[in-house]
Amino acid sequence: MALSRQDVAKVGLLARLALSDADLDRMTGELSKIVGFVSQLEELDTAQAAPLAHPLDTQNVFRADEPKPSLTTEQALQSTPRHDGSCFLVPAVLGESGAA
Amino acid sequence: MQLLELSAVDLVTAIRRGEVSAVQAAEAFLDRITKLDGSINAFLHVDRTAALARAADVDKRRREGKPLGPLAGLPVAVKDALCTSDQPTTCASKMLAGYRPPYDAHVVARLRQADAVLVGKTNMDEFAMGGSNENSAFGAVHNPWDLARAPGGSSGGSAACVAADMAPVAIGSDTGGSIRQPAGLCGITGLKPTYGRISRRGLVAFASSLDQIGPMARSAADCALVMETIAGHDPGDATSLADDVPRYTDLLEKPLTGLRIGRVPEHFGPGLDPEVAHGVEEAFAAFKAAGATIHDVELPHAKYGIATYYLVAPCEASSNLARYDGAHYGHRAESGSGHRSAAKAGGEFESPLVEMYCRSRAEGFGPEVKRRIMLGTYALSAGYYEAFYAKALRVRRLIRQDYLDAFAKVDLIGGPVSPTPAFPLGEKTSDPLAMYLVDMYTVGTNLAGIGGISFPCGFTKGGLPIGFQLQGPALSEPLLLRAADRYQQLTDWHSKRPPLPA
Repeated sequence: MALSRQDVAKVGLLARLALSDADLDRMTGELSKIVGFVSQLEELDTAQAAPLAHPLDTQNVFRADEPKPSLTTEQALQSTPRHDGSCFLVPAVLGESGAA
Repeated sequence: MQLLELSAVDLVTAIRRGEVSAVQAAEAFLDRITKLDGSINAFLHVDRTAALARAADVDKRRREGKPLGPLAGLPVAVKDALCTSDQPTTCASKMLAGYRPPYDAHVVARLRQADAVLVGKTNMDEFAMGGSNENSAFGAVHNPWDLARAPGGSSGGSAACVAADMAPVAIGSDTGGSIRQPAGLCGITGLKPTYGRISRRGLVAFASSLDQIGPMARSAADCALVMETIAGHDPGDATSLADDVPRYTDLLEKPLTGLRIGRVPEHFGPGLDPEVAHGVEEAFAAFKAAGATIHDVELPHAKYGIATYYLVAPCEASSNLARYDGAHYGHRAESGSGHRSAAKAGGEFESPLVEMYCRSRAEGFGPEVKRRIMLGTYALSAGYYEAFYAKALRVRRLIRQDYLDAFAKVDLIGGPVSPTPAFPLGEKTSDPLAMYLVDMYTVGTNLAGIGGISFPCGFTKGGLPIGFQLQGPALSEPLLLRAADRYQQLTDWHSKRPPLPA
């Protein structure tokens, strides 16, 4: 099953990965080959098999709804690339200006 | 040298009795790391000062007669996928270069509580994605048995450091074979426990329904010792099992008389190296001589394991790795990095924020991680979800049912760990699909959520270790460890050492 360069570019945006032209060329070939390989599952009749997302038969696991200690602001920000001491700083969501 | 060759069980006993101090033990292994790791590259970080301080504290408390934990003074190496609050945790990725987690992984906390001495963080394939350790952003690991060959992966550093006597035990993680395959290729013993047996809290997530932490050591008995500390329920991991943790080390001695071991004829088909096949058949013969019976069993959907795994794992990975966005922690691209968006006509990003995300991730992740994120994103995207992800989950059900059916007839299933012995560095790096096939005998264990152990069962004529794998039903760790230990009482493959300087 062949993916087009456009398919791969679209997936790149969904995956939030900036891809160079060389990346796109290489990945179009590699992903086509891998998708072709995994497509062998089509030959199996799975009509009677329910999807198994998780190997355990556990149901929802709840804990008591009680406050307990969590990370401090300092701990949460200790490896943050840009912050102002209380918030994460990111470039503008809307418009071009105000990149932090 | 003798100190380095002691089993973990014997070393812990010697330290408790005062025959060896914890500082002596730590120094011996740290000196060995200093001497050898330049040529092996098993470690990404070694904290000699902290390890020696920790060991000195164990010695002090022992002298004062204070209570000590069950692993007191035991040097332990930890895969760099587990969070350590006092050492960097990088997952061998540029994305996390220099990252300091704000907390310890549950397993790391348990090791510290047991008074183990953490000597360092081991090299791995980036984000545990790979079967050769060549996907590390910080250089490949070299197999101690032949430095020109790969140690396997993704826990290649953990396997190599134990094989080279740089640590008596190491912690690995196994999503599709990442403990068992490198253990097999490096001639050591590695246990992939049942899904949920060990808490995953603080293990950097790759594929959350498959990931499992486990011990790697020179013998099954040493793995059993470590399991007693790291296994068990953790309220911080909703998927961790509440079942009691057995005293694994007390359950090793019962003979194997009457044990039924399954043998899957398809495992011996084309693609299996003849020397590996021979070593594995010899191991079956040894189990038979020890009182076990061997029975052919079918795993009819095993041949679809790789295709199923390479949909399920990348789908989960694409979701898990979405957290690396350049905003919260990890690598952040500065603007104007030279990448342009290929996704939108005209090369424009829809906002400066999206540009930052896309560039940070493009710069931080290596090629295999990107490939898997792309594959998973594709297989989960509108129009393809049913055909790929949901289909793979249905086949996963069939694969698990195969194991349930087989374990109605046999107690364990034996076979090869990987189709070949350790392969030369660089041999498979240009062909992702060829690299995926090294997991063909191991991915089923993870898809089914059951247990597996690998241990050495011979050597090729060229002197490379051959691994044997046993798989068992959920929570069969006592039996897996006992079967491997009984085998190791009858053979000495696990005590062979690679040709390294003394």
